[in-house]
Amino acid sequence: MDLSLTPDQEAFRATVRTWLKTNIPREWKPMGSAEIPRAEQYELLRRWQRTLFEAGFIGLTWPKEYGGRGLTFLEEMVLQQEMALAKAPPILNVLGVGMTGPTVINWGTEEQKKRYPPKILSCEEIWCQGYSEPNAGSDLASLQTRAVKDGEHWVINGQKVWTSFAHVADYMMLLARTEPTAPKHKGITYFLLDMKLPGVTVRPLRQITGEAEFNEVFFDNVRVHESQVLGGVNNGWAVGLTTLMYERLTLGFGLQMRLRIALDGLIDLARRMEKSGRVLTKEPVMRQKLAQIWIETECLKYTGARAITKLLRGEMPGPEASTGKMAWVDTHQRLQELAMEIEGPYSQLWKGSEWAVEGGVWPQSFLRSRANSIEGGTTEIQKNIIAERLLGLPKD
Amino acid sequence: MDFGFSPEQELLRSTARKFLENECTSAFVRARMEEPAGVTDEFWSKLAEQGWLGLVYGEEYGGSGLGFVDLTVLMEEMGRVVMPGPFFSTALLGGLAIREAGSAAQKKEWLTRISSGQAKTTLAWTEPSARWDAAGVTCTAREAKGGFVLNGTKLFVLDAHLADALVVVARTGEGRTPEEGTSLFLVPKSTTGVNVKLLPTMDQTRKLCEVTFKDASVPADALMGAKGQAWPTLTRVVERATVALCAEMCGGAQRVLDMTTEYAKIRIAFGKPIGTYQGVKHRAADMLVDVENAKSLTYYAAWAVDENAPEAALAASMAKAYVTDAYRKVAGAGIQLHGGIGFTWEHDLHLYFKRAKSSEFTFGDATYHRERVAQLIQL
Repeated sequence: MDLSLTPDQEAFRATVRTWLKTNIPREWKPMGSAEIPRAEQYELLRRWQRTLFEAGFIGLTWPKEYGGRGLTFLEEMVLQQEMALAKAPPILNVLGVGMTGPTVINWGTEEQKKRYPPKILSCEEIWCQGYSEPNAGSDLASLQTRAVKDGEHWVINGQKVWTSFAHVADYMMLLARTEPTAPKHKGITYFLLDMKLPGVTVRPLRQITGEAEFNEVFFDNVRVHESQVLGGVNNGWAVGLTTLMYERLTLGFGLQMRLRIALDGLIDLARRMEKSGRVLTKEPVMRQKLAQIWIETECLKYTGARAITKLLRGEMPGPEASTGKMAWVDTHQRLQELAMEIEGPYSQLWKGSEWAVEGGVWPQSFLRSRANSIEGGTTEIQKNIIAERLLGLPKD
Repeated sequence: MDFGFSPEQELLRSTARKFLENECTSAFVRARMEEPAGVTDEFWSKLAEQGWLGLVYGEEYGGSGLGFVDLTVLMEEMGRVVMPGPFFSTALLGGLAIREAGSAAQKKEWLTRISSGQAKTTLAWTEPSARWDAAGVTCTAREAKGGFVLNGTKLFVLDAHLADALVVVARTGEGRTPEEGTSLFLVPKSTTGVNVKLLPTMDQTRKLCEVTFKDASVPADALMGAKGQAWPTLTRVVERATVALCAEMCGGAQRVLDMTTEYAKIRIAFGKPIGTYQGVKHRAADMLVDVENAKSLTYYAAWAVDENAPEAALAASMAKAYVTDAYRKVAGAGIQLHGGIGFTWEHDLHLYFKRAKSSEFTFGDATYHRERVAQLIQL
């Protein structure tokens, strides 16, 4: 067991740190909370990702021939740690980088692998994820969006929902049913869908924060060329699962980094707020709660390090790789609730009020955090997966 | 970076598991619960033969010269079988205090005898005030006739009834802070004026004692380290013992999860194994998350104390705070998911549930350690 880095890795850390010092956009204001890209930030974030790409600080673990650096998850971890320390902006094409890229690299034809990943990293093409439907959320395999073969094309009809970024996305990872008579997991195909194709309609959905971060997407006889199938016809379920596995790993690092930034912001907030004339960081109950979230945030880092070690040794990630999302959700939701407790009556004030603390960002991120235990697999589904796949408990 | 165990450590794990499954069965543990000794001579000499009593002591003391990460592996396995007896008090409290603070002569004599299984020791630290901070040390050691005279009461002293010598934390003076004026003494239990009383405990695998000192005279060379300056050393010892305890707790929690998972696969209710039901599945998944998180923080703390990393104190407190809650929750969930059988004396679950409870209050509970974390991160 050795948590120290090699001289090369330390040098990489120093390079990243120096680079971040001079390259984080000046107009970026770390808002002290787990930042979800908002519409007014898109242009800045697009530029930021482009800057990262040009400097080679994105897609570190992807092969060089597909736009990456061919480095290990260790460098990825170092990069994320430094981003957290520097309170760097998040990346905009988060689904493309976290999910599409690795899945295309894993399943794509050589042509697909050359075509898509580099533009994902550079943020030239933003991706969204077309999985959930009105009647297929946790039970994803029961999805009903149909794709019917017509010559060299597949004709798509149906609807997706809760589709984050669809309103800015250039492409969608689309799961559609291509074999209606097959058992439900077997008749699904994974498409790389151009969002500009005729028949694609995106309608924003207003969420509890009042913003429209996600959308409904309708497909009306959308004709997709057969070369846009990823990983083979009727193999979509297996392809989709890879996406989810990568999502857990790479998004995991990013999540830990955002949590760390949020926690630092929360502690700053507690230092400034008072209750009954006492600064909150000196209040014993608050100290207990802050310390607990600190411990859990650190814990995610070490659980991540255990998972990376397995990967670097060429072993399969063990239980520690699967618990990350659940643990993150739980910690982050409590962090946001604690922010409300720290703000007290001020947590009622929304942006626009001159009395709102820090412009009202915390009430907004508090509301947003309710989605954490639903998006990317509900906590209930995560628990089923852990119980069945890791503990071997019987399926229903 | 490599945050995993080496092949040698994995070998130690499998050796320890095999040995303990054979030698430290449920029947063995239950027999030891019923009697004061907590261990048999035969079992104790086998621990010595394995090289485990002196695992972290230098080879010059007959030890194995291994580190705290190695110890973590062993402790997990010991926790897995709720091993009773004075291993912890001897090797990791008394012994570690002697290693950290003892004179060359004290080390030579005691560490060698501990490693070979010939001597048992413990640490007499906490008092009836049940405080873990320096202000809790009120036992006095007054200088007299070229030596010291000890007076006061120590409580919650692990295995004092079995120990040949006690490392005693006593106050030799008052300073500007409570930490100043605390000293360590190596006191043979046979010393006149030392009285040990074994106390009935909820966790019968852990024997706790009251130790009273009534004008107990010890020679000047009983003093370990500099007079009045013991606190940093004691903190160091307790930090290390805390990390070892966390590892033991992780091993116990993992075992509870294993037992519960196995039971949920075979116990039939409403025509199906209870593990089919989400109410059971979800609780089992929660247990796994607790266990894995507990391990992550414990392994990190073990590495940090091994390396004498500046963040070792923080790492130890983070681990103890988290692992304390995790083991208690996991052991409780284990009983719940077993239903009535889990509440019986016959089933082993209560051994783990009680060990979780006694461990909670050893070296500071979760609230105490969270406050320490708050201090160390400068809240």
